[in-house]
Amino acid sequence: MHKKKWYDYLWIVTIIYFGLGFFNILFAWLGLIFFCTPLIIAAVGGSKAYCNRYCDRGQFFSLIGGRFGLSRKKDMPKWMRSKWFRYGFLVFFFAMFFLMLWNTWLVFDGAANLREVVTLLWTFKLPWNWAYTAGTVPPWAAQFAFGFYGVMLTSTVLGLITMVLFKPRSWCVYCPMGTMTHLICKIKA
Amino acid sequence: METAEISKILGGSISQSDRKRISKVERKLCVACGCCAKICPVSAIRIHKGIYAQINEEKCAGCAKCVAECPASIISMAEVDR
Repeated sequence: MHKKKWYDYLWIVTIIYFGLGFFNILFAWLGLIFFCTPLIIAAVGGSKAYCNRYCDRGQFFSLIGGRFGLSRKKDMPKWMRSKWFRYGFLVFFFAMFFLMLWNTWLVFDGAANLREVVTLLWTFKLPWNWAYTAGTVPPWAAQFAFGFYGVMLTSTVLGLITMVLFKPRSWCVYCPMGTMTHLICKIKA
Repeated sequence: METAEISKILGGSISQSDRKRISKVERKLCVACGCCAKICPVSAIRIHKGIYAQINEEKCAGCAKCVAECPASIISMAEVDR
């Protein structure tokens, strides 16, 4: 086996991120790092080093699905591994992401009130009001935090489901960030 | 010392198959996640320009760990000439 490097322990970031956001939703803004870093690495370096080395989520699934055995380790269905599904999921995920940004805009514009809920799987509204004290930041900044935390939680829950059903890092096959960085690398090559 | 060299010194008395098993990647379906490269005990896999996993056939020991690890299940074992 390879000697462990510092970046092999980044799985802890997943736990810290969700832990912090549970107590104070404003920490959800930190999630932008996980959004921007892979894109910058792909666009500048032309590599998927983020997926390959630094992705905390992937490491987290690898740890609990692989080491802790919480995965059936079966093949994913063929359709889930197809390009159609991967790109289709990317489009759907981003449509939902822009819907979240639109909701943030509505709050910024004064057309809607701040909703202190975390939306899971684009459907379920989880009450999360303990994690925010009104007036700490402008309402739109809090709305974005609630929305972004929902995006992160949704992707993690989906990843956990496919981890249990299929292989530990099944999420990596259809991860929208992975698909996007893959596309950037292909264009750059 | 390589097995082939030992075999040469001993006058070919060591019999060995001239075929070996190695991993093969279905490049078109590879998402370049790097799970295989991470698990490979002999570091025979690298991710080519963030596009697909590339197996160093010389280095590959044919252990099939990457086959089990690949989340997209696109690595298989194949027999090739040594």
